[in-house]
Amino acid sequence: MMKGNVLEIRDLHVEFGPKDRAIQVLNGVSFDIPQGGAVGLVGESGSGKSVTSLATMRLIPSPPGRVTKGTITFNGTDLLALPLGKMPDIRGRDIAMIFQEPMSSLNPVMKIGDQIGEAIMLHENIDRRARRAKVIEMLKLVGIPNPEGRLDSYPHQFSGGMRQRVMIAMALLCRPKLLIADEPTTALDVTIQAQVLELMKDIRARLGTAILLISHDLGVVADLCDSVVVMYAGHVVEIGATEEIFDTPRHPYTRGLLASIPRLHGGEERLFQIPGSVPVPGTIKKGCPFYSRCGMRIDRCRTEMPPMFDFDGSQRAACWVTAAEAHAHVKEPAQ
Amino acid sequence: MAGYFLRRLLDAIPTVLLVLTLVFIAMRILPGDPAIAALGDFATPEQLAAFRAKMGLDAPLWQQYFNFLWGVFTLDFGRSLMNNRPVLDLILYNLPFTIELTLMSVMFGVLAGVPLGVLAARHRNKAPDNAVRVFSLIGYAIPDFYLGALLLITFSLNLGWFPINGGGEGFADRIYHLILPALTLAFIKAAFLGRLTRTSLLEVLGRDYVRTAWAKGARENRVVYRHGLRNALLPLTTGLGLSTLAALSGSVAVELVFNRPGIGKLLISAIAERDYAVIQGGVVVFAMFVVLINLLMDLVYVIVDPRIQVK
Amino acid sequence: MSFAEQRPILTDEPDIPATPIAADTRLFDNIRHVIFGRISTIVASLAILLLILVALFADFIAPYDPLAQSILNVNKAPSWEHLLGTDGFGRDVLSRIIYGARNSLIFGLISPTLAALIGTTLGVVAGYFGGIVDRVVSRLIDLLLAFPELLLAIIIAAALGGGFWNIIAVLTIAYVPGFARVARAQTLAVKQEPYVEAAVAVGVRVPTIIRRHVVPNISAPIVVLMTLWVASAIRLEASLSFLGIGTQPPAPSWGNIIRDGLNNLFGTPWPIVGAGVAITCVVLAFNIIGDAIRDVLDPETA
Repeated sequence: MMKGNVLEIRDLHVEFGPKDRAIQVLNGVSFDIPQGGAVGLVGESGSGKSVTSLATMRLIPSPPGRVTKGTITFNGTDLLALPLGKMPDIRGRDIAMIFQEPMSSLNPVMKIGDQIGEAIMLHENIDRRARRAKVIEMLKLVGIPNPEGRLDSYPHQFSGGMRQRVMIAMALLCRPKLLIADEPTTALDVTIQAQVLELMKDIRARLGTAILLISHDLGVVADLCDSVVVMYAGHVVEIGATEEIFDTPRHPYTRGLLASIPRLHGGEERLFQIPGSVPVPGTIKKGCPFYSRCGMRIDRCRTEMPPMFDFDGSQRAACWVTAAEAHAHVKEPAQ
Repeated sequence: MAGYFLRRLLDAIPTVLLVLTLVFIAMRILPGDPAIAALGDFATPEQLAAFRAKMGLDAPLWQQYFNFLWGVFTLDFGRSLMNNRPVLDLILYNLPFTIELTLMSVMFGVLAGVPLGVLAARHRNKAPDNAVRVFSLIGYAIPDFYLGALLLITFSLNLGWFPINGGGEGFADRIYHLILPALTLAFIKAAFLGRLTRTSLLEVLGRDYVRTAWAKGARENRVVYRHGLRNALLPLTTGLGLSTLAALSGSVAVELVFNRPGIGKLLISAIAERDYAVIQGGVVVFAMFVVLINLLMDLVYVIVDPRIQVK
Repeated sequence: MSFAEQRPILTDEPDIPATPIAADTRLFDNIRHVIFGRISTIVASLAILLLILVALFADFIAPYDPLAQSILNVNKAPSWEHLLGTDGFGRDVLSRIIYGARNSLIFGLISPTLAALIGTTLGVVAGYFGGIVDRVVSRLIDLLLAFPELLLAIIIAAALGGGFWNIIAVLTIAYVPGFARVARAQTLAVKQEPYVEAAVAVGVRVPTIIRRHVVPNISAPIVVLMTLWVASAIRLEASLSFLGIGTQPPAPSWGNIIRDGLNNLFGTPWPIVGAGVAITCVVLAFNIIGDAIRDVLDPETA
């Protein structure tokens, strides 16, 4: 085990549905998050990003879903080997999570102060007054004006951006080592998006919280993250430092994603669009999952799933074609 | 908040008027002559005329309408044709029996039904869920008067554990007389509330904010009760209102089965004896109960759902 | 002839895409599939079939005349001659329950059907034309829906008195508001559909629009609701007869059999038990079918 990683996911497999006709949703996902690092998990919807994050929290609804293989090591402990009854001690205290829909992610009949305070009450023996002070401090940190006056408000009295700030405050109250943010800005207006991203950057700098940012928006990821994990149809297809990925994307899918970002100084030509759509989970049995949509495919891609090739620097990608072009090889795993 | 209650109360006035108008229409304008109904087909024209004069039925319709409304507001429902006692006295004597039966059965129903529903939801599609489903299917199907008769035959007639009829004298005796009738209605309420609780709770437990609660590190009990059931209270409030109304209408048959005093028994006897004034009084009482229970439910909503604007 | 009076080319039968009747047939297919897919629903269907057969052929099945009294044979316990014994008048309990089935089924079928016709008409008119009509109808519906069906029926029965058509009227009125509400809501939804707006735009007459577009679209939920309320109507009639304001003795109804039984409690419990089991089983069977239908309509809550 390498030192300095807060989270290491190895060969994670998740399937959904009845055992006899289960659908593979994750097919061997592996990546690391360094202490205090910020990793972006990128891919179209249906690629398995959210399932990966829910698996980390062990919140995959079961039935129908289950983890069939792999390890998720958090600070040296394999979470998947823990009894489920231990997870509530870790959720919220060590790993916190915020969700895509700030509108529906807060309990509509519970006061904001109580909801945020609940996060610390569940993990620490702390009296009402101290709890209140901590909640106010955290609401200040996330930039809610007049926090004392808002404790007794209900979620419906907050705007979407304010609610996401409340969610962030709630998530950070116990100073977790890892914050999983599942599309935290997708449901927000563009200006509010920028504010929330700014807030997350600020918090990372001040509290040293590691962040796993899940997003389909490469721009958001580039803004916040040191490294990027690109997922496609339940596979990790490319990993690397953010600049590497943006400068020299090695996987055709990543190239497609980058080409479809609108650019300020772009010409008149039409925005690039990856043809087709993400395959329905479970329909691809062999070969590269991107085969049907890939503009660079060769025959080998149809039958053989490429391994993760090591490119220059920290970059790795699963593509026969670009690996051959760049003379990349599969490095033996360390240790 | 107080202002809101007051406004809701004022809002209820047109409803009350409309209900009273419908009662009036039902009693006076629908086919059927109350005089003939009361005196029978063989009454002489003189008898009929005397009856109409006594009941104020010879006045123009609009005047009858205002007399009717005025009577209701001054709580003057006239006198019974059978025993000449003021209808108000009869109502006041019978009302407590009906209220205690309705409240007790709803209370039993909630105490049994909500925990059963929670149990079923927590063990969805497993043995407890199936058991609750069978219970609620039976509870939905069995008529209250039949269940009441079965309980009466078993526990009063054969085992002698409970009295056979009456409403009881004094507090302890009243409660004693109340148990079987209340259980009869409660069984059916519990079936309804159990199923409603299960459905609502399952629906709520699938919401995003419940996932947030799990993510915070809440344990199952806290998630189910503090977040799940608390939110399921919204549909349950509606269910409680419906239950109370159903218990109220069910009380009519149950009072008959257990031969208890009560508004239902009063009304049914009055219908059998064609006691026009008592019928009218009983109908008004029931109608006002319905309006009142609906009003109370509106008020409870404000308490359980902070999103309802109180201004 | 002025220009205004010239009729557009597309008048009565414009070639507007047919309404999604296909969706309705699929709905009924699904319902059929669900009903014949589980043991509980198959048993329930057989029970309902049995009820219908018993009601139709009561004259042939009943061993005795349900009204024939016999002083010598009062309060008999069940025996081979009288499978469910006799009541306080020496009448055969089984025969009374068999004829009671006919009574129940008549009310159970007629009143929801009538209520569906009246309620749907009210709802469609209110929903389609809107305005003051809608406001009045909606207010009345809301008000009547606040009353439990039994209480509403008792109140109306108190005013109307007994008799076959009066009972029909009472039961019908109790169910009209429910149908009206559903029909109104559905009509409002259909009215927003592009094909209806298109039909209005090209000048199709209102009755044609209602007949060709609105009615086919709201018929499925109405029919489903009707089947769901058969059981409810059967139980409501039994309740009213039990209270003495429904079917009048000596005509047998499951409700008044239990009422008679209660008055003769020390004589024999069999009329109560027999009629009660009959009502419970029939309502149970209809409810099981109703639940299956609801599962098809609203799979989320299953």
